[in-house]
Amino acid sequence: MRCAEVLACAVVLAAAAGTGAGLAAGPAAAAIVAGAVAVGAALALWFVRNRFRSWSYQERDEDLIVERGVLIRRLSVVPYGRMQFVDVTAGPVDRVFRLATVRLHTAAAASDARIPGLERDEAARLRDRLAALGEAKAAGL
Amino acid sequence: MTGEPAGTWHRLHPLSPVVRSGRGVLAVAVAVAITRSATSGSGWLEVAFLAAAVVAAVVSWLVTRWRLDGVTLRIESGLIRRDSRQLPIARIQAVDVVRPFLARALGLAELRVRLAGSSDADGRLAYLTEQAALELRAQLLATHHGLDPATPEPPEHIAVTVPTGRLLGSVALSTAGPAAVMVVLAGAVLAFVSAAALAALAISLVWLLIVCLSLVWRRVSTMYGFTVAQSPDGIRIRRGLLGTVAETIPVQRVQAVRVIEPLLWRPLQWCRLEVDVAGSPGRDSADGTARMRKTLLPVGRRDETGFLLTMAIGAAVPGVTRPPRRARWKAPLSYHFLAAGHDDGLAVSVVGRVRKVTTMVPLEKAQSVRFVQGPLQRRLGLATVHVDAAGHVRAEFRERPLAQARPLVDELAALSRAARRHGPPAGSQVAGAQAAGAQAASVASPVNAAQSEA
Repeated sequence: MRCAEVLACAVVLAAAAGTGAGLAAGPAAAAIVAGAVAVGAALALWFVRNRFRSWSYQERDEDLIVERGVLIRRLSVVPYGRMQFVDVTAGPVDRVFRLATVRLHTAAAASDARIPGLERDEAARLRDRLAALGEAKAAGL
Repeated sequence: MTGEPAGTWHRLHPLSPVVRSGRGVLAVAVAVAITRSATSGSGWLEVAFLAAAVVAAVVSWLVTRWRLDGVTLRIESGLIRRDSRQLPIARIQAVDVVRPFLARALGLAELRVRLAGSSDADGRLAYLTEQAALELRAQLLATHHGLDPATPEPPEHIAVTVPTGRLLGSVALSTAGPAAVMVVLAGAVLAFVSAAALAALAISLVWLLIVCLSLVWRRVSTMYGFTVAQSPDGIRIRRGLLGTVAETIPVQRVQAVRVIEPLLWRPLQWCRLEVDVAGSPGRDSADGTARMRKTLLPVGRRDETGFLLTMAIGAAVPGVTRPPRRARWKAPLSYHFLAAGHDDGLAVSVVGRVRKVTTMVPLEKAQSVRFVQGPLQRRLGLATVHVDAAGHVRAEFRERPLAQARPLVDELAALSRAARRHGPPAGSQVAGAQAAGAQAASVASPVNAAQSEA
């Protein structure tokens, strides 16, 4: 999904920069600029893909583990009992690809357990399971 | 007032509008007086504002009522936008009795009931008579602990008082004091160098000085006569010079405790203690009760704080270990004090170079455990483990060796799970009779703390 975003941005940028440069300095400059944007887009694609592959989650008996990050590795362990509420969001691009993001909120500001890019059905299943587990294992503050 | 049978509606004290709008009315009255004397023009506009303010205050008093039915405190207010809120007493995080100067002069007090969540969820009763406020507080806390509401307020045992001299010393050695000295010094240097420069900068210097002094004043006036007392219904804090504040924090509501030792205090072995209660920090308020971080001790000697720590977290502080020497490459400045440790019930971490902060989070209260490793840390084979408590506070096990950090995450998660299941260690309950009430409160399923209806 992000890949699609990056690609779309790259095409638009390349076109814009190419026409801009073409008008200003002729077709040679336009080709160079478009090439540079293409290289940048390839790099961004590679980065986004790695970042995306690094995202993983694991549902254990008592808690949810979310792991993410390439440069900065992060891992969060969030007990179901500490969950305050579950959020499922889907932006316009998400919706085109039938994807959704599930987010767990606890009373702590820093706990970030976010799982993006889930299939819509999987997101719904996860949300229901988390909500049920949260209810069953709820602990007060 | 509170002696009547539960379930009847009560009004606030008839003088409440006077106190609530007191300051504003006074300001307008002064403005009117000044304009009247300065110019010959009439002050009708000001008088109209004054009348509108008075009418608004009276109407707001007329439509506000509250009642206590069993396990909820209900407060209704608002004329055009009715607001009816129900505060489940089992979910109380803290109860404050606040007496601003004017209210104190009239023998009134405001009762603030703090719940987790935003400050909008708070229940405020402004104003009741002092007697009624104290009675209602006792009733709320007794109900909170699952006792009969008619139980009289339990006796308290004064733990620590802060002498005024030490408070003044601590303020002088905190940020505002040296800043004021710097401003004066800067003025002196300027005067020595060139009188013209001083004249040019005099006004901004004076302003800076006023800001510094007002900070000093605010700190002294809010923390004056600081007394911490221990009682079965929680930790009681009383403080204030002109307006006074009395806070009660049920011990099982403490989410984290922090010991702060600023650079200038360290030679004197002084430190400050803060406790965190669940909730997001509210809008800033002059008396400091809106924040969910409460000062447990504005200044005290390091050796005096042991007792308070035991009172607040109910367990001995586990020993800490230092990160390996190679962590110097990652944290050259803060390495000096970096340390962390944990035992079955408590995670402790020490961070900060100039301002040394020791954070203690009971594992029972941990919201999540996180592992973070940046690129430099990966090079050095280090990682940081966070134990998050409700709100913005967390214990950070910084720069732990990777071989320890990864198992540490699982261990802390398992320990916190076990602690939640078994409840707090026996020592943390001040009175055995209240353990049952505390447990009942902590296993109830989450519900909306306050419901506001338009």
